[in-house]
Amino acid sequence: MADAPPIEVRGLAKRYGEILAVDDVDLTINPGDVFGYLGPNGAGKTTSLRMMLGLIRPTAGEVRLFGRNPQVSVKALDGVAGFVEAPTFYPYLSGRANLELYAAFDGGDGAGKIDEVLETVDLRDRAKDKVKGYSHGMRQRLGIASALLRSPRLLLLDEPTTGLDPAGMRDMRELVRDLGRRGITVLLSSHLMPEVEELCNRVAIIRSGRVAYEGSLDELRARAGISYRLRTIDDVLARRICERQPGIEVIDDAMPAGLLFKAPSEDVVAALSLALADAGAPVLELTPRQASLEEVFLQLTEGGPPAAEVEARPDEIEAAA
Amino acid sequence: MSPILTVYRWELRKLRAQKRTYLGLGAAAAVPIIFVVAVVTGGGHPNEVAFGRYVHDTGLAIPLVMLLFGSIWLFPLITALVAGDIVASEDRNATLKMILTRSVERHQVFAGKLLATATYAVLAIAIAGVVATGAGILASGFNPVTTLSGTVVSAPRGLLLVGASLLVYLLPILAIACIGLLLSTVFRNSGAAIVGTLMFSLLLQLVAILPGLGGLHPYLLSTQFTAWQGLLRTPTDWDPILRSLWVCTVYGAPALIAAGLVFLRRDVAES
Repeated sequence: MADAPPIEVRGLAKRYGEILAVDDVDLTINPGDVFGYLGPNGAGKTTSLRMMLGLIRPTAGEVRLFGRNPQVSVKALDGVAGFVEAPTFYPYLSGRANLELYAAFDGGDGAGKIDEVLETVDLRDRAKDKVKGYSHGMRQRLGIASALLRSPRLLLLDEPTTGLDPAGMRDMRELVRDLGRRGITVLLSSHLMPEVEELCNRVAIIRSGRVAYEGSLDELRARAGISYRLRTIDDVLARRICERQPGIEVIDDAMPAGLLFKAPSEDVVAALSLALADAGAPVLELTPRQASLEEVFLQLTEGGPPAAEVEARPDEIEAAA
Repeated sequence: MSPILTVYRWELRKLRAQKRTYLGLGAAAAVPIIFVVAVVTGGGHPNEVAFGRYVHDTGLAIPLVMLLFGSIWLFPLITALVAGDIVASEDRNATLKMILTRSVERHQVFAGKLLATATYAVLAIAIAGVVATGAGILASGFNPVTTLSGTVVSAPRGLLLVGASLLVYLLPILAIACIGLLLSTVFRNSGAAIVGTLMFSLLLQLVAILPGLGGLHPYLLSTQFTAWQGLLRTPTDWDPILRSLWVCTVYGAPALIAAGLVFLRRDVAES
């Protein structure tokens, strides 16, 4: 148990009628990871997090938090904190009273930390105000404060920057970065690749309930590979030649001018260049470019056939969840 | 402090912070006063109910008459206001996902809510009883009470009997609270649960007046609201009180068990 990873998920699935919201997810999150759980809206991220926190029962599979199953007892949540979707509070109680309540529900040890966590999230001045008067950003920060009361070793945050203005997003990201620096393992659910790229060292990309990629961001970048931008005096002819040329894969021909292709090696690119010249479509531009993670994310989450057994629209899954 | 007591203490604090609590308890205090003012200024007697003819003779008749009138909708509604809301409000505020990811087990949360619901119901009846007795004594004096058997008991003993009657009256009130808790857990909507609880109470009263169902009367929940009258007979008639005990258990316990099971097993999947 002592060496068990913060999160270990095996074969996790959740079905809502005909909709398979989460499908056979395997994940291992190691101590110290700031782990991005990335996917478009409705991909099954929140449903996964709910199962990880013991809020809903999996249809199949199992979650272990530091080796313990949250479906069995809340004791599995010792050292674990977080929230799914927006953090919520009793609107008729003050921010401080809400934290007192959550601290009491944690056994009371966190009560002495309330001032400290309010300071951390910069809400000390508004702590006496009722939560119903709080902005969305303040509630998000109060959610982080309520999580920190538990002195967590593992923090699960579900899209904590959603709905925040740019300054709020910046502050929230700085807070998450700071928590990671303190050694807290963080699972950050997000649909924003730049956010995950900025904060996380490892990532799982989820699509239609299934993990499409799990690994480090560096591996993901390497996987993205290099593409080439090609512009000739006759792009229509160039495209035909590209399609005939062994090893060349056109990945975007809808650009304003030219096209984008992938090639397994520079020799193949050189051969293409000669073929174009021979065919009467001399090259005006041939530029290698590293695909951005955003492009890889979109390719993984939008390209190819759906991974889930039953494809469902995101809004259907959200409604079912 | 045990987790159940922690939840209970916070449920009470949450109730203290909500307007509906004061609406219910305020009604429990205001209705007896309005009733006494009406009796004093109107000068008539509500002769159609037990003890109605004595409201000008002794203030102790006032809480007894109020118990009868209040059983139709007042006390069921006051009870439903909190029982129907105490779980559904967590759905409304989407706070269940927060409290269930702390260090209290679901059954402890449920037990705390049950205790708070019962506390509120007891408090509402106590307030109504104290206010009705006080206002009644001010209006009609602290005089001996004529029992349903025609015997007269002293005012102090009459006061004791009023207190005991309130306790017996709590039996169907607590059964209604259990039903409210069930509807609150199942519907996840305060309005539906409150109205549903009240409708259930009213429907049972309608059943009571249907022809040909006289044999059912002793076993209807609505009938248990008059069980306390056994105390106001000489000698004391314990049969309706004992029957109320088990009949209310038959209504309340399954509702409570069902509510608990639903609460323990439900997916917390709403936003």
